[in-house]
Amino acid sequence: MAGPVQSIERAAAILRLLAGGPRRLGLGEVAASLGLAKGTAHGILRTLQHVDFVEQDAATGKYQLGAALLHLGTSYLDVNELRSRSLNWADALAARSGEAVRLGTPLEGKVLVVHHVFRPDDTLQTLDVGSLLPLHASSLGKVLLAYGTASLEPPDAELEAYTRHTLVTPERLGRALAEVRELGWAAELQEMSMGEGGLAAPIRGQGGLVVGAIGLSGPVERLCDGPGHPRPSLITLLREAARAISRDLGAARW
Amino acid sequence: MAERYVMSIDQGTNSTRCILFDHRGRLVSVAQREHHQHFPRPGWVEHDAVEIWQNLQRIVPEALSGAGVDQAGVAAVGVANQRETTVLWDRRTGAPVGRAIVWQDTRTAPLVEEFGERPGEEFFLERCGLPPSTYFSALRLRWLLDHVTGLRQRAEDGEVLFGTMETWLIWNLTGGADGGLHITDATNASRTMLMNIRTLTWDDELLAFFGVPRPMLPEIRSSAEIYGEARALLPGVRITAALGDQQAALFGQTCFSPGEAKCTYGTGSFLLLNTGNDLVRSRHGLLTTVAYRIGDQRPVYALEGSIAVTGALVQWFRDRLGLISSAPEIETLARTVDDNGGCYIVPAFSGLFAPRWRSDARGVIVGLTSYITKGHLARAVLEATGWQTREVVDAMNADSSVALRQLKVDGGMTSDNLLMQFVADVLDVPVVRPLVAETVSLGAAYAAGLAAGYWPDLAVLRSNWHRAAQWLPDMDPARREEEYDNWRRAVERSLDWVRPPRSG
Repeated sequence: MAGPVQSIERAAAILRLLAGGPRRLGLGEVAASLGLAKGTAHGILRTLQHVDFVEQDAATGKYQLGAALLHLGTSYLDVNELRSRSLNWADALAARSGEAVRLGTPLEGKVLVVHHVFRPDDTLQTLDVGSLLPLHASSLGKVLLAYGTASLEPPDAELEAYTRHTLVTPERLGRALAEVRELGWAAELQEMSMGEGGLAAPIRGQGGLVVGAIGLSGPVERLCDGPGHPRPSLITLLREAARAISRDLGAARW
Repeated sequence: MAERYVMSIDQGTNSTRCILFDHRGRLVSVAQREHHQHFPRPGWVEHDAVEIWQNLQRIVPEALSGAGVDQAGVAAVGVANQRETTVLWDRRTGAPVGRAIVWQDTRTAPLVEEFGERPGEEFFLERCGLPPSTYFSALRLRWLLDHVTGLRQRAEDGEVLFGTMETWLIWNLTGGADGGLHITDATNASRTMLMNIRTLTWDDELLAFFGVPRPMLPEIRSSAEIYGEARALLPGVRITAALGDQQAALFGQTCFSPGEAKCTYGTGSFLLLNTGNDLVRSRHGLLTTVAYRIGDQRPVYALEGSIAVTGALVQWFRDRLGLISSAPEIETLARTVDDNGGCYIVPAFSGLFAPRWRSDARGVIVGLTSYITKGHLARAVLEATGWQTREVVDAMNADSSVALRQLKVDGGMTSDNLLMQFVADVLDVPVVRPLVAETVSLGAAYAAGLAAGYWPDLAVLRSNWHRAAQWLPDMDPARREEEYDNWRRAVERSLDWVRPPRSG
């Protein structure tokens, strides 16, 4: 195994230094305090600034800790912003796949549906934004669990069986989640309701952190081209949409 | 044979977009580029027409390569554009005369006041369906003729051409100084105040009144017909449609029957109601405008309610008050409370547009108590858009024989569920969002594809429309009336604020 990454150690030292005092520090002070060349310190500070961990005062050019550090671990991304940024891609996914599209984020041990695009066949459908889905029995939930974005509450919670296909033992769920990480997408086949299924893929924000999941849902016979075998064309469309949204989220804020 | 697409160019206020659509009206590729906003003086807004043409030259190849085709893969091109923005240029060199004056520019306010008194609104309404406003092109053109030395003579000699953005882009696409087509369409011409709304031709009395030399005006064509072939950028590709952006959105929403309406929620919001071949004169503050004209068919008209400030209020909340860091967060903040707490915001930042048309109004926040939090303010921000929509819909219902049964919506603000539910609640009709949010671009593509035979008829376009979301009204009628009454009382408090400067 490789040793510690020097630049990350240095970045951590800079953050500690800035957190240590009430005062903003100039580039020279940071470099001198840590025994770094000014160029090196500047490069690290600029990177930290890029990820909003450090802010630079416009007037004096001095540095302080950034607002993003305060929110670390509390909020990843505003769900309404996630919906707004996903709108066009979710529409395109529904148009191309012919199935309903949902976006999910974690909320208190469940999946919160933050966006819903109707199946484009003009049948009567009800908007279910705001409703909650089980983590272990939905494809959106499995993605959130697999990438550590959500966790079961409590961790040893009993896994409710919605159908005979629901994964109710921690072992089977654990294996399924490992498979999700390996494949990059999750399937839910009659695990929440008989005859129905779902496919989901992760949406990543800045730095690659999974902030939510996007998924298709519909009758299993439409999602699969054989028993337990989701259609590759749908997986491709789904993953393209997830990647497009992720690219959008990694870019500058609007 | 490789699939062919229809290209739409949307020349908007902030950016120019180029989108390719397939047979099913699905978006295939997008390229977009913003242009600079010039604010040389308070109230002045200008664009550089050359920059916009250069942006188009960059995004068209980007959109083509995004779809993996060259111009042979494009069946037709349609243009949608920011309306009323005025460009003048030299016929021989193609160089613009100064910057384009944008629809938001209010430099012509003194002219509006003057013309409102003499000859009075009726003179204009009778001929072009519009009251004098800083909004429309003729006043800007008059201002330019009055202020640019030698311009009037050059215009009379046919050296200087006038156009809105679609005219400028089509002229450049079809050869520019070397024989470019100098044309506009009936929807754009209907926003100049120079076109007779019945005959769809330039109106002699209006031209005489504004002192506009006829040689500078483009030929008025249908919104969908084969204008000619591009010579630059997309050599050989037929240009077959042009519509003002709001009319394009109406078309993209497939509101082809009388009584169908759409509202596009952006910086401002624009509600258009198809009134069929009937020209409806509003008695309630709406504009009469051409919705579209296909080939040599009879024109289809629309009533339009323009709301100046909707999304712009959210932007103000974000950029000026700093209470949110991105526009969608307004919903998050608004959901921290259950109601508006008795607080109402009337965003009459530059007066009120439809249906009141009060330039003397300015914004107010009423009902402030120590109880009010930023969450209540966020609610009031969203509700302002809902109530302004309600006022326009009431005006439409009063003017038109059929009451609105559902509202089709599009634009960036439709991602706000709280707002869309509120709109459904206060209108008491279902609000539906289509699967393709880019309705302006789609409308231009539809019109272009129709004229080029890419799509056979309107029925096929209608079958491409799919519902992506629907919000159903769910508000107690008594509460709706009470809140509406509160809103109206708040609006009263915004009126009569700006007064003419005291003389002496």
